[in-house]
Amino acid sequence: MQPPKQFPFSRRQVLRGLLATTAFGLTAKFGTGCTPAQEGGDEGDEAASGGGSEELVIGFLYVGPKDDFGYNQAHAEGAAAIAELPGVKIVEQASVPETSEVEEAMRSMIEIDGATVLFPTSFGYFDPHILKLAEEFPDVQFFHAGGLYTDDMPDNIGSYFGYIDEAQYVAGIVAGLTTESNKLGFVAAKPIPQVLRNINGFTLGAKSVNPDVTTQVIFTGDWAEPVKEAEAVNSMADQGIDVVTCHVDSPKVVIETAERRGMYSSGYHADQSALAPEGYLTGAEWDWTSIYTQYVEWLQAGKTLMNGDIPHIVRGGLESGFWKLSDFGPAVSDEAKAQAEEVKAMFADSSMVIYTGEIQDNTGEVKIPAGEELEQTAVELETMDWLVEGVDGSVEG
Amino acid sequence: MADALGWWGVPLAIAAGTMRGGTPFLFVSLGECLTEKSGKINLGLEGTLLTGAMSAYAVSYLSREAVGDVMAPFLGVLVAGLAGMVLGAIHGWLSQQRRVNDVAVGIAMIIFGSGIAFFFGKPFIQPVAPQIPTLNLGAWSDVPAIQAALRISPLFIFGVILAPAMQWFFKSTRWGLLIRAVGDAPEAARAMGVSIFKVRMLSIVGGSFLAGIGGASLSLYYPGVWTELISSGQGLMAVALVIFARWNPVQCLYASLLFGGAQALGPALQSVGVDSFYYLFNAAPYVLTLAIMIITCSPKKTLTGAPGALGKESS
Repeated sequence: MQPPKQFPFSRRQVLRGLLATTAFGLTAKFGTGCTPAQEGGDEGDEAASGGGSEELVIGFLYVGPKDDFGYNQAHAEGAAAIAELPGVKIVEQASVPETSEVEEAMRSMIEIDGATVLFPTSFGYFDPHILKLAEEFPDVQFFHAGGLYTDDMPDNIGSYFGYIDEAQYVAGIVAGLTTESNKLGFVAAKPIPQVLRNINGFTLGAKSVNPDVTTQVIFTGDWAEPVKEAEAVNSMADQGIDVVTCHVDSPKVVIETAERRGMYSSGYHADQSALAPEGYLTGAEWDWTSIYTQYVEWLQAGKTLMNGDIPHIVRGGLESGFWKLSDFGPAVSDEAKAQAEEVKAMFADSSMVIYTGEIQDNTGEVKIPAGEELEQTAVELETMDWLVEGVDGSVEG
Repeated sequence: MADALGWWGVPLAIAAGTMRGGTPFLFVSLGECLTEKSGKINLGLEGTLLTGAMSAYAVSYLSREAVGDVMAPFLGVLVAGLAGMVLGAIHGWLSQQRRVNDVAVGIAMIIFGSGIAFFFGKPFIQPVAPQIPTLNLGAWSDVPAIQAALRISPLFIFGVILAPAMQWFFKSTRWGLLIRAVGDAPEAARAMGVSIFKVRMLSIVGGSFLAGIGGASLSLYYPGVWTELISSGQGLMAVALVIFARWNPVQCLYASLLFGGAQALGPALQSVGVDSFYYLFNAAPYVLTLAIMIITCSPKKTLTGAPGALGKESS
């Protein structure tokens, strides 16, 4: 109908507009470039940095929000603790997906913020993103939470992780002594070794005090699937399961749904007792503060991964302060509290071994023969791909 | 504690899932249906859903002191709808400018809406907001599982009534016919003296209001929390669902129930011990979306029921 109208701007107007935008972009960039430097000057305690000693810039990347009642919150609390230390500056970025976006985030932390140490905390950041960046920036040290590091990888990568399955074992004892139906539930994200260790730890803990217990596992398929997590808890309630715990990024949905259905719940990652005042039993919480403080001490003493002063693999359980237990909820009996505390004390002095033979998997195959023990540090446990007897579930999807 | 339901748990979970998980699909698809009937597509409802979820949760939490635990969530629902209308007004204005493509604006609005929601939503991830009270239709039963399944949200009932009402609106009212005229033959509508801009604007704003309420049902009913991953693509799936439902509001209702039930399939089957293929069952809603797209797409014929001006360059 109508002929196409003329483009409403003249060439001159377009050019002027482009120039103005570019100029604005440049000044805006200068503006942001200046601010952190000034802030750093104001904040950085002048006594320490007055002599020109360099501030240690540490970058933290999280896969979700920093206050998700879960994995990211636990790491962010650790980061906040080391931010207090003199001579340390923290840069953080939350909600970074496990895609090439994390590479860009790490790159800008290194190039713009001047970070020399990075803590990309999520499991899926490692391969291939951290590996790629570690080759590109051989002077920057990357510390990853998880068991994916092997010796043939670049030597500026370090790996740290805690044996939180110990905490799950203790939580399992409480669950095993509290359940009335002898059916426990575990909402899990993906069947990776760390998740399987937690499921097995929780089940073995429960079975150690109540051999009739079974654990039903439901895999939701991803770290944050709020609707499926809620559906999983509801389905468990319908099947008569009365204690539920989980390994997902944010246990908030699981704990709240369990409370609404009148079930007991056991937390994970961080303290969720506020979400379930009646049904919350206890919870396996990370305590990253101690390991992060340890790293900062090493780094400030001039030690690096590259010259081998900092161990590439740092692991620990309760004895090194890697985990803690939520305060017991009102539904926990005195007997359960006493037994849990007893085992916790054994973990604290390293006299407790979870994987003591004979242990069968849930297909009846003997995984650890009688008389044999697998210490927490055993490599076989880091690549676990089986579920213990008493778990209803399957690793293969 | 409940007795085990065994295999009965699967149909029950799916039935409950249709009502719990279907509610956001229902509102977003009805909103998109209204929008598309006027000849514009609003892909931005994914962002509207998130903004609605965030604002409902925030308002419910902040106003609990002032108006009490019962009224606060309803205030949240209202604000979610209003927030949706603001986003809808932006989309409605932008997408009707010359040489502007409504799909491209919609994608921008997804990013804008979710950005707004994440930015203002940061302080509300932790707190616990009062939830919309539910109607307990399962009180007759002694089985706790049935009681829990029949805890129905008033929002769901509102949506179920809204679907046939909208059908009647399109068929029998002057306003409904105007919207259809604008969507099917804008030239004819203009010849009648109808302002195409105003009709489309109102349809988009109205549709976004409904999508905002859909967001409120996510954060204040089921699963009942505010997190940044709460929608997991449900807004986009609802757009696909409108095509599946052939722009018919009552069929939108059936399609939403189907999608809601599909979400419950994976966890329910695992809880009774079907341990294989859980990745496939968990992906059921997405597989369903793809299957619908493949079945309904044909290069040879246009879909029956599609508004004539949909996706066409407006003059």
